Amino acid sequence: MSPRNVLFILVALAGLVLPRLIYPVVAMDILCFALFALALDLLFGFAGLLSFGQAMFWGGSAYTTAILVQRFHVDSALAIAAAVLYATLLAGIVGLIVVRRSGIYFAMITLGIAQIEYFAAINLSSFTGGENGLPMDTRGTLFGAHVSNDVAFYFIVFAVVAICFWLVVRLTNSPFGTVLGAIRQNETRAIALGYRVNRYKLAAFTIAGALSGLAGGLYALSNRLAGLEMIDWHTSGAVVMMTVLGGSGTIVGPAIGAGVYEIINYFVSATAIGQETDLVMGLVFVVCILAFRQGIAGGVLSLWRKTST
Amino acid sequence: MSLDYIAAQTFNGLASGAYYALLALGLSIIFGTLRIINFAHGAMYMLGAFGAYYGAQLLGLPFFAALIVVPIAVGILGMLLEWLILRRIARSDPIYGLLLTFALTLVIVNVMTLLAGTLGSPYSMPGALSGATNLGFTIFPTYKLFVISVSLAVCVVAWLVVDRSLLGARIRAAIENPVLVRAFGVNTPRLVTVTFGIGVAIAALAGVLAAPTTNVLPTMGDDIIIYTFAIVVIGGLGSITGSIIAGFLLGLLQAIGAVYYPPIATTLIFIVMVIVIWLRPSGLLGRPESTR
Repeated sequence: MSPRNVLFILVALAGLVLPRLIYPVVAMDILCFALFALALDLLFGFAGLLSFGQAMFWGGSAYTTAILVQRFHVDSALAIAAAVLYATLLAGIVGLIVVRRSGIYFAMITLGIAQIEYFAAINLSSFTGGENGLPMDTRGTLFGAHVSNDVAFYFIVFAVVAICFWLVVRLTNSPFGTVLGAIRQNETRAIALGYRVNRYKLAAFTIAGALSGLAGGLYALSNRLAGLEMIDWHTSGAVVMMTVLGGSGTIVGPAIGAGVYEIINYFVSATAIGQETDLVMGLVFVVCILAFRQGIAGGVLSLWRKTST
Repeated sequence: MSLDYIAAQTFNGLASGAYYALLALGLSIIFGTLRIINFAHGAMYMLGAFGAYYGAQLLGLPFFAALIVVPIAVGILGMLLEWLILRRIARSDPIYGLLLTFALTLVIVNVMTLLAGTLGSPYSMPGALSGATNLGFTIFPTYKLFVISVSLAVCVVAWLVVDRSLLGARIRAAIENPVLVRAFGVNTPRLVTVTFGIGVAIAALAGVLAAPTTNVLPTMGDDIIIYTFAIVVIGGLGSITGSIIAGFLLGLLQAIGAVYYPPIATTLIFIVMVIVIWLRPSGLLGRPESTR
């Protein structure tokens, strides 16, 4: 068995026992952020495009879900589907603009565009609840049934997230994934080889947007809340940190990164630092960028390969 | 809508443009030499404002002294950061510079939150600059005129130094070919450190200028840094002239836009950014080949 598959199985096992170890809502947060970070990994780790505005899909879909369930009493499965549709369409449109650039420009432009949605959410406060966010009384019905038990809901989310990881593994092993890698390594050469690079970048951006939207919708349902901070650039930055910390380009890394990030946050917020957990995360991330840029999964995998040869 | 109101909004626009131009200028200078987009630029602006505030509270530092002392102090802090941390990733993809300065921003902002709390601190307006000045066609707050003049002066000096002086020639040469410049006997690493310090000092100056007009808050740089990014993208990354022009122009557009539809003020800059990227991906004055 390849080292990465072993790591995958270990992470999946950890996922199965997680709601027994920690507070189930925190466990659900980890799952949702794992999926969100997976979406970013597809963009950054595989296509080499660092989106610093990914929260526009996560937050926008959270609002879509919350508005449909809370205000219109739509079944939550349908609400999630609508949220994914919203994120996919938005990513398709935004993608048309941003794929014209790469690298540092790509990061700065996505950051700016996400702010448009952020301020729109503030101004449309009759829909979004403005500064207060939009709390949901219940999770609504899921295919007609009420799922109020947190552990049961956890395993529903777990199944959805596991399927998405499997899909992304398949996607990155496909010819499509190979072309994305070629674009990351040498965009000019990929163009010279006749690939319509912008179309591949647009496809990657749209898929990542859809996955981010799915994650955000699930997060809103599990927390019964959509809030402005979900569109804020700090959230876009947090998911970048999770991805890089866990190991970008490894697929399993984002799940590890999300877990480590949320657990550090959980414990730090109980100390004197309190709400300012970003202080610790910032320090951890400085060390990560300076000393182990391949991230936790990347580091484990390369160590494994070194010791086994 | 009276002509008076439009004239006042024009000056208001120039005043916010003055801050944008200072921040964008510093960001451009730093990107030009280090190939790093300094995410911590907003945090440095915030530190400038806190420097003025604590300087007055603890040392009784007057405003006009703070305008000189605080940027120097923050500039030194910036040089330390460059020397201790940023230098280590000098050869990496610029993306890692953005990530590293993003992480530093989180550290700086949260340390300040622990020290100063989340509630804003007021900083009083210097007496000589309070009140209003009659410009003939409109009456306008003296302080904003002062901000516009300082910003214009700094921008002109910065442009002269980079474009017309020997130091500027060395900086520009170091951007093009650092190895060759070192071979000619120029201490390139020190040049880079000093340039970073100057860029950061200009951000701190903007922060000192902002202190009397706003609540001094640890998060005060959070929004303005994203606006500055958009302005630098619009002006053309690495183009100092482009950054200055885009800074004033967008401040102006924002104020005029708010006359017709107030909510647009927060998003207009990003909308312009999208249009510029669509029509001219390298920005108004950016060079197409250097912008991938």
